[in-house]
Amino acid sequence: MRITQGTFSFLPDLTDEQISKQVEYCLNQGWAVSVEFTDDPHPRNTYWEMWGAPMFDLKDPAAVMQEVTTCRKAYPNHYIKVNALDSTRGWETIRLSFIVHRPKHEPGFGLARQEAGGRNIRYTVHSYATDRPEGDRYSTDGGGPDVGR
Amino acid sequence: MAAAPKKTIKEGKERYKAGVIPYATMGYWEPNYVPKDTDIIALFRVTPQEGVDPEEAAAAVAGESSTATWTVVWTDRLTACELYRGKAYRVDPVPNQPNQYFAYIAYDLDLFEPGSIANLTASIIGNVFGFKAIKALRLEDMRIPVAYVKTFGGPPTGIVVERERLDKFGRPLLGATVKPKLGLSGKNYGRVVYEALKGGLDFTKDDENINSQPFMHWRDRYLYVMEGVNRASAATGEVKGSYLNVTAATMEDMYERAEFAKELGSVIIMIDLVIGFTAIQSMSKWARKNDMILHLHRAGYATYARQKNHGISFRVIAKWMRMAGVDHIHSGTVVGKLEGDPRMVKGFYDTLREPRLSASLENGLFFEQDWASLRKVMPVASGGIHAGQMHQLLHYLGEDVVLQFGGGTIGHPDGIQAGATANRVAVEAMIQARNEGRDFLKEGPEILAEAARWCAPLRAALETWGDITFTYASTDTPDFVPTPMLV
Repeated sequence: MRITQGTFSFLPDLTDEQISKQVEYCLNQGWAVSVEFTDDPHPRNTYWEMWGAPMFDLKDPAAVMQEVTTCRKAYPNHYIKVNALDSTRGWETIRLSFIVHRPKHEPGFGLARQEAGGRNIRYTVHSYATDRPEGDRYSTDGGGPDVGR
Repeated sequence: MAAAPKKTIKEGKERYKAGVIPYATMGYWEPNYVPKDTDIIALFRVTPQEGVDPEEAAAAVAGESSTATWTVVWTDRLTACELYRGKAYRVDPVPNQPNQYFAYIAYDLDLFEPGSIANLTASIIGNVFGFKAIKALRLEDMRIPVAYVKTFGGPPTGIVVERERLDKFGRPLLGATVKPKLGLSGKNYGRVVYEALKGGLDFTKDDENINSQPFMHWRDRYLYVMEGVNRASAATGEVKGSYLNVTAATMEDMYERAEFAKELGSVIIMIDLVIGFTAIQSMSKWARKNDMILHLHRAGYATYARQKNHGISFRVIAKWMRMAGVDHIHSGTVVGKLEGDPRMVKGFYDTLREPRLSASLENGLFFEQDWASLRKVMPVASGGIHAGQMHQLLHYLGEDVVLQFGGGTIGHPDGIQAGATANRVAVEAMIQARNEGRDFLKEGPEILAEAARWCAPLRAALETWGDITFTYASTDTPDFVPTPMLV
């Protein structure tokens, strides 16, 4: 499966040149750009790990690209995204967020159903990646949750 | 332009002699009045009856929407009646419309109950629209002072928090109304929801008239819809939602339905404008308490908002709904099948989304309006739009909007998922192009064609609907057009 979180997940994976243009757009808006990564892309996993603090006062997209590249090297089998943070009064939130790196294989999610009274069902979206311990997910050694999927 | 000011008799024995005197003379026409910062100002389009001069008509509107009755009453003298009188202070002829006038009326803040749209509207539109001395009347705009804005809760969620909850940023959200809007069983209905959400939409939606009918009771719908929502969420890794319409005959029924939607884990519920202002405020309060996004379908609004000479402009409804507190409201598409002049729609969208409005006559905004940090409402564009119009939709409506493609998703030749994918690819490609600095309005068709080269569903959508447009003249248009600047 392909996780479609983020602004551009329905497009073919962005090239570094395309990523750089989006970063440039964000910097031109006066937004601070940050890089985050995770091995648990559950739709409600709000807090991915920060690859350093948001880069305030930055003017050059090349510096962000450098961070993306280093983060990819450190976490080749994680999800990595770029966020743009707007401090303008009335916004004070993320204005753009898109995935720039994915693990080779994305195991996706299962849906657990707990039957309750009145035909009610309690749903839990379960991230297959989290079947393995943190740090050991998306391993490329042939084991792990990807096998046989 | 106004004729010489009428003689106003404000106080004393002469003023309160039993009998009938003109409203203007009673003190409801005050051309020298300077509105206070805390006054509520209403702008009416007045068409007086033959023989009624515009100042008297304006004074009559001011009188009937505040303290007056048809005759003099001595009991006025027991009150600070000058304060409580609505004051018509300005009358302008409407450009190119003989015998129509814009009447400005100021009302003291103390005429209104804090935080009550019902009370505000009971005064401003309560009696006056049937008043015999005027042929027709339209409430065009209102200036709500910060002092009054602050007594309202506003949207329970708002654009910023909605995006944070959904984890969706930087592009319009996409939705679809399940079609056919009537007749599907619960199980079939949920199928449409699942396909559309899995294919790439963020939301699906009940239509305004889907409540609890013989072919599908509400509990059945909610259960099947939430199965579709959760399955799609697991299939994509995204937060998904479906506006469960809780509109019902009584508040008790609506609360029951809303509670069930909450119990099932829905992120959003929906109400129709026809439930009434008080019911809307009640549901807003409920939504705030329960972390629920509140979608409002403006069912019924065009009965009074479309014709220019009589009724209420939608921009006023938009202001009231931002105060009453809804998170989504249908506000026009410009390019779709329903009424919407581009400049008027811009005025509506600005009213819902901006922290502060400047007067802009060409967009139909007569007043400055400071929203005092009241949250922003997400406008919804729905009705006859398709992927081939994505560049125009982004140009006219911006990125903080829900674009709803009902027919444009479900009617796709390769199925619902393909229809949803076409829309999602089109919107992402257009945002990408815009951010890269391309002239996306001009190059729109080219940008879509580029994406259609690798995306078969988009290709099929463009082949099916590429040329469909709805070009009819608008009824509700601005009265002022910008004067071309001489250079």
